[in-house]
Amino acid sequence: MVELKKTRVGFGHGLVDAGRKSEKVVVLVGDLRDSTNVNFFAEEFPQRFIEVGIAEQNMANVAAGLSLVGKIPFFTTYGAFATCRCLDMLRVTICYSNLNVKIGGAHGGISVGPDGATHQALEEISILRSLPNMKVIVPCDYYETRKATLASIDIKGPVYIRFGRENVPVVTGEKTPFEFGKGALYRDGGDVAILACGVMLYEALAAADELQRDGIDARIINIHTVKPIDEDIIIKAASECGAIVTAEEHQVYGGFGSAVAEVIVKNSPVPMEFVGIQDSFGRSGQPEELMQTYHLKAVDIIKAAMKVLGRK
Amino acid sequence: MNPFNFDIEQLNQKALDIRRDIITLLVESQSGHSGGPLSCADMAAALYFNILNHNPGNPDDPVRDLNFFSIGHVSPLIYSVLAEAGYFPLRDLLTFRKLNSHLEGHPNCLHTPGIEVSAGSLGQGLSIACGAAYGIKMDGSERSVFCFMGDGEQQEGSIWEAVMFAAHYRLDNLCALIDYNHRQIDGETEKVMNIAPLAEKYWSFGWNVYEIDGHNMGEILGALKACSEFTGKPSVIIGHTVMGKGVSFMEGLAEWHGKPPAPDQGEKALAELGTTFREWSERLRNG
Ligand SMILES: Cc1ncc(C[n+]2csc(CCOP(=O)(O)OP(=O)(O)O)c2C)c(N)n1
Repeated sequence: MVELKKTRVGFGHGLVDAGRKSEKVVVLVGDLRDSTNVNFFAEEFPQRFIEVGIAEQNMANVAAGLSLVGKIPFFTTYGAFATCRCLDMLRVTICYSNLNVKIGGAHGGISVGPDGATHQALEEISILRSLPNMKVIVPCDYYETRKATLASIDIKGPVYIRFGRENVPVVTGEKTPFEFGKGALYRDGGDVAILACGVMLYEALAAADELQRDGIDARIINIHTVKPIDEDIIIKAASECGAIVTAEEHQVYGGFGSAVAEVIVKNSPVPMEFVGIQDSFGRSGQPEELMQTYHLKAVDIIKAAMKVLGRK
Repeated sequence: MNPFNFDIEQLNQKALDIRRDIITLLVESQSGHSGGPLSCADMAAALYFNILNHNPGNPDDPVRDLNFFSIGHVSPLIYSVLAEAGYFPLRDLLTFRKLNSHLEGHPNCLHTPGIEVSAGSLGQGLSIACGAAYGIKMDGSERSVFCFMGDGEQQEGSIWEAVMFAAHYRLDNLCALIDYNHRQIDGETEKVMNIAPLAEKYWSFGWNVYEIDGHNMGEILGALKACSEFTGKPSVIIGHTVMGKGVSFMEGLAEWHGKPPAPDQGEKALAELGTTFREWSERLRNG
């Protein structure tokens, strides 16, 4: 049985790790203390925890101000609000001034479930990728989220960390290295390369097992850092495999797949397929049902792989 | 300590020089805002030349007070004040808004010394000031935080989120200044979207409020000093001002919010301010 853990708990524990490592770490939240799991930090470091109330725009810029006096602030809310409600603050104050503000984007993806479309953030990558100085990490599981959160305090400037609500399979381990900005090879293969971020890494690995049975060797790459993206590992995959599938729990327009495509068309054009949300809002349902309904499962990755192989 | 510590007479003279700088740089650039910079000049002169603990020789001095201009569009005023204080040469003012100048249309803190944060989208500065004030209190430090805002800008909802935050956390190291010139782009603030009664609003949100004549140096200094002594609440100074103050044909006219004087208008304005374009641009070029 595969172990299940929440990435948001990984974020919460990562904040505690960060708080222990640096006195400068401060955490802000907008009335979502428990559901974003900043509660662990709040309990251990009450003096460095700031409740801002339901005022996300203010929270983003209070974080900006804290960074200007030497703090390392994390502001936290659901990703839909952290990006869309605070976009002007992110653009003009935080990114244009290149401030050392970290953003915890909770409830990323459709797997948020029954709360429905308003709370399922599906556009953060597209939005944030277009902001100069912004860095975006989409970790795949509990451990990676925890490590990314800790690592972000040593990355200068704004960093966004995207994580989800539900229990998801653990793919990495406590000792797996996390290197910001670097993709990681999870399985070698030369027929098709499947590049995944976030929880889609698990689905990609499951797809690779299936494909193997049909004699297809899929290369699986985990790209947790969506911006800046690891161009080398993508170019190598394109030139060695000759076909690419991307998988993300996010809109395909402007998202992770688009980021990969930008690298490929400039360097080593090969056929590509995009697994992700196909330009629609989400809806209520159980997480697993939604992942199936919106074609975000291993079987969908397999279909995309077969399709791209036919175009090779 | 303020490095200048000017008296009222010197501050009035500095405010006059700042107005001359503003007109001269706008005539040169033929682009930028006239009205707000002229109405803020007296309060800004008082802050930078008597109150603010800052160090133009070391803009990142870790013990300095912080002032945030939430109104990035008053950049002609901001740059003049910073150049007059010695953050960069006066001659840079003549490069305002030109390609490769560090003096962008709206201030960029990565380019210009003395700018604490980039600005240009209204309604953001007070939240930033709140964050800085909170962080300073966490450190048990004595630094003060100031924030310049416009009256039209008060229509932004995010400001009231910050107003609540500052009162909730008793940020008495924070002092906001509002340039209440009763004008904004589309006309009179009262007609575009009334913000009155402003003092009562701040008061009811839990702030310590001063209402003054924003062109009277004695009143400005008095209010700023009172703010720094007040404890338990954040303070706001509502300075009643006149858009375009100092240039008769601009005074009180919203149409001067966002345009520069044409060269002949600039000459007229500078004559009223007791100089000429030639004389003042020469001073800037040599400074
Ligand atoms: C968020 C945002 N909306 C609109 C503008 C465009 N804008 C620039 S200045 C201004 C009017 C500001 O009025 P006020 O605060 O009274 O300043 P003043 O006219 O006195 O200079 C507007 C609407 C902006 N810069 N930012």
